[in-house]
Amino acid sequence: MRNCDIVIIGGGPAGLAAAVSAYDNGCKDILILERDDILGGILNQCIHNGFGLTRFKESMTGPEYAQRFITEVKNRNIPVKLNTTVLSLTNDKIVTAINDVDGVFQVKAKAVILAMGCRERSKGALNIAGARPAGIYSAGTAQKFVNCKGWLPGKNVVILGSGDIGLIMARRMTLEGAKVHAVCEIMPHSSGLKRNIVQCLNDFDIPLYLSHTITRIDGKDRVIGVEISQVDQNRRAIKGTEKYIKCDTVLFSVGLIPENELSKGAGVELSLGTKGAVVYQNRETSLSGVFACGNVLQVHDLVDFVSEESELAGKSASDYVLNGEKIKNSIDCQAKDGVSYVLPQKIDTLKSGDVTLYFRVKGVYKNCKVVVKDGENTLLSIKKRIVAPGEMERVILKEDKIKSLSSSVQVSVEVD
Amino acid sequence: MFDVAVIGGGVVGGLLLRKLSSYNLKVCLLEKENDVAMGQSKANSGIVHAGFDAKPNSLKAKFNVLGNKMMKGVAEELGVKYSNNGSLVVAFSEEEIETLKDLKQRGEQNGVDGLEIVYGDDLFALEPNLSKTAVAGLLARTGGIICPYELTISAIGNAMDNGAELFTNFEVVKIEKGDCYTLYSSNGEQISAKVVVNCAGAGSQKIANLVGDYSFEIGLRRGEYILLDKESGNFVSRTLFFTPTKKGKGILVSPTADGNLLLGPTADEVLENVTDTTKDGLESVMVKAKQMCDKVPLYNAITSFSGVRAYSDKHDFIIEESKQNKGFILVAGIESPGLTSAPAIAEYVVDELISKLLRLNKKEDFNPIRKPDYFFSRLSIEEKNEIIKANPSYGRIICRCEQITEGEIIRALTENPKASDLDGVKRRTRAGMGRCQGGFCQPYVAEIIAKVKGVSLGEITKKGKNSTLLVGKTK
Ligand SMILES: Cc1cc2nc3c(=O)[nH]c(=O)nc-3n(C[C@H](O)[C@H](O)[C@H](O)COP(=O)(O)OP(=O)(O)OC[C@H]3O[C@@H](n4cnc5c(N)ncnc54)[C@H](O)[C@@H]3O)c2cc1C
Ligand SMILES: Cc1cc2nc3c(=O)[nH]c(=O)nc-3n(C[C@H](O)[C@H](O)[C@H](O)COP(=O)(O)OP(=O)(O)OC[C@H]3O[C@@H](n4cnc5c(N)ncnc54)[C@H](O)[C@@H]3O)c2cc1C
Repeated sequence: MRNCDIVIIGGGPAGLAAAVSAYDNGCKDILILERDDILGGILNQCIHNGFGLTRFKESMTGPEYAQRFITEVKNRNIPVKLNTTVLSLTNDKIVTAINDVDGVFQVKAKAVILAMGCRERSKGALNIAGARPAGIYSAGTAQKFVNCKGWLPGKNVVILGSGDIGLIMARRMTLEGAKVHAVCEIMPHSSGLKRNIVQCLNDFDIPLYLSHTITRIDGKDRVIGVEISQVDQNRRAIKGTEKYIKCDTVLFSVGLIPENELSKGAGVELSLGTKGAVVYQNRETSLSGVFACGNVLQVHDLVDFVSEESELAGKSASDYVLNGEKIKNSIDCQAKDGVSYVLPQKIDTLKSGDVTLYFRVKGVYKNCKVVVKDGENTLLSIKKRIVAPGEMERVILKEDKIKSLSSSVQVSVEVD
Repeated sequence: MFDVAVIGGGVVGGLLLRKLSSYNLKVCLLEKENDVAMGQSKANSGIVHAGFDAKPNSLKAKFNVLGNKMMKGVAEELGVKYSNNGSLVVAFSEEEIETLKDLKQRGEQNGVDGLEIVYGDDLFALEPNLSKTAVAGLLARTGGIICPYELTISAIGNAMDNGAELFTNFEVVKIEKGDCYTLYSSNGEQISAKVVVNCAGAGSQKIANLVGDYSFEIGLRRGEYILLDKESGNFVSRTLFFTPTKKGKGILVSPTADGNLLLGPTADEVLENVTDTTKDGLESVMVKAKQMCDKVPLYNAITSFSGVRAYSDKHDFIIEESKQNKGFILVAGIESPGLTSAPAIAEYVVDELISKLLRLNKKEDFNPIRKPDYFFSRLSIEEKNEIIKANPSYGRIICRCEQITEGEIIRALTENPKASDLDGVKRRTRAGMGRCQGGFCQPYVAEIIAKVKGVSLGEITKKGKNSTLLVGKTK
């Protein structure tokens, strides 16, 4: 079995940024394992613009954004194995992987960075009644067919879910000559970025049905239509509101799930809120020496923040390899009223530096306050004109506040 | 001219074909769909029943108990996943305990070994996730689970390796009776055979009618299921049944042979053989599953599906020569426990019925073994590397959820009976059957099919006929 200082699982934007940062922070013995035949992860199928606005102050396509990091990795000669799928990870950091040249092989790592991204929630998870004909795709699969394979999956489309991928595919399919008859969203608000609703739906007159869901799929060989219904506050279909839409294709964009099977296998503690690992502010998981970043840790809307988070994880992994494990003093971070999760879930008060808390809210709140408390003691209270589940929020806790934490950090939204 | 034509590529027709292929006979299987295992044998509970349920002295009782004893051996020869996990009929009241006692007695009369009623703590020691309102359970140690379509496909593949022929997309619509039988398909093809065996499941009444046999009627009863992620595969170890009451049998909660958790089936009379699921059906599965195990992890659902039972008005299996048609054998009304019974039915049909019509000589080179390739993910590292060295396509993972390699997919497309569409590959390899339900691998699998078949991506279907995946090239 060969040894390696840092093994990075996944060569998407997270893995790439982590690799560059680990290298620049002093640890040079790195190996990136990527199951696809190219680096760049999901960005390769995102040929639309809008990447890099925050980080590079310019609008790029997904592949262009990825290329910047691929070049950085190449410049440092960091070894990459493509077409290589990691099959398992153990709690003593043995990585087992497979490809067609080396066969099945194992690497013993000093530190591991989890950067496996996420997968789409499937239609099956929703228990929608009806048939199971051809023409049902997750939005990302359709995106792959259109953008990477050059094939159109259908001509008359209904999309369930108004997350970003669903919105972007509504526009993409329209540009390719398909007619998108409806985008249905079970919640009373979209979970996508505001700019995507404007640019992908409104600009093309595609109707968005809020508080609606698909209640039946029709068709034996290929989809011939769907029944959509309005839903009540409990997201249950209201009888009598059914509407039939003829179509040959249904796209599901009903959420992303961090791909944590490897993490679970190794015994990494996962968070119910994010479905990703429970981490400290340096992105170290409950298994010492195992770090996580990018969509495998929390589903990001913007790749710019993936890169930022991954640089932090890369630096931390490098520190771990070079300086060894440190004693921690752990304080919990909890999501309270109106907040669905907070990351990091744990703060080590012995670490220096400010801590950025990332979180998502549960609903759309206007003219509210984001409040951060340490037990009963209010640390921060920030006025917000509007917050929505579609956009990740962040607040910064200064180092001096971190040092004096005593109970547990709680983040909530207060509406007057 | 064939000696025997079997109509219907389900588990019964499949195991019969395999048995026939062990003799020096020219035999074929006719299936109306694009692939085999497309009827009841595709969507059922996959339970190898112990045999306490069927009425004593019925054909069901006889073949169930015999089939149960044969299943392990058949599964091993054919490389099919099978597990003797045992089953438990759960009682929630004193009254139901009385029913358990009756079932136990009935089982013993049918020849089922190892039945025992367990109570209280012993019950929860067996199944800790059972609802605490349960009071007793009938433990059947001989109960098991098997993958039904894998069994069907492997049996037919093994028969073909031994010389049997398969005609898919051959829907029998007309039968002429002369010196032999001539069978016509809806596409105008024809084949003739000395002996015909009608194993057409839901279509068996129509087939019998084609030769003027109106001796039975087939009714249809749909059963809906919800399947949960492998993460929940260990939630229960045994197959849990409700105690049958006058209102019906309730559903089961069971691990599958592949390691998922299965909930269902419902039972609704239907007029057409349509496997749609319904809102009400899926609801009722969830409600009942919660009664059995209050903590059942419904959030882990990965898909739902349904199967349609084809039962006869005789309420027992019909396994006999058609009264007015010599050489025309009926194997109809094979509802549950038909999967369990299938190996025993196949033996009986050959040994007791066909042997009276044709001279049977054993094939000397009959090979009952079909090498299980599908267990690649279960091999040791050394074993895997040997295979990858010889064939690098086994080093390329295509389906990430089930860890299925390109090599396995190519094999499914090239070995008997060849898969020709996405669902065919899925049933043979499990590519696309995992938690992402093909979201990730579908484009790759479609490409591999296109490459192996030498056609364009636009011609690839989900399940034959008009189920194409794509409508055209992008602009
Ligand atoms: C349709 C869509 C539109 C988007 N639009 C925008 C946008 O407009 N602007 C924006 O800023 N962001 C956008 N994003 C978000 C951005 O693309 C993601 O946040 C980012 O790609 C996440 O990076 P990642 O590296 O964590 O995950 P991924 O990009 O998913 O990379 C994970 C990598 O890990 C590999 N991997 C996983 N498991 C294994 C294993 N077992 N072995 C080996 N390798 C493995 C995968 O093959 C993959 O390459 C969009 C995302 C999608 C899907
Ligand atoms: C919901 C459900 C749950 C069940 N659970 C269990 C269980 O747990 N244990 C158990 O032992 N049994 C169970 N069964 C019963 C078991 O599935 C059946 O007994 C068994 O699959 C019957 O196999 P078969 O080959 O007779 O029929 P099928 O699998 O239905 O095969 C018949 C085939 O004939 C084809 N066909 C029909 N008409 C024509 C035609 N005109 N020309 C050519 N081909 C034609 C069909 O396409 C089909 O492929 C269950 C059944 C159902 C539906």
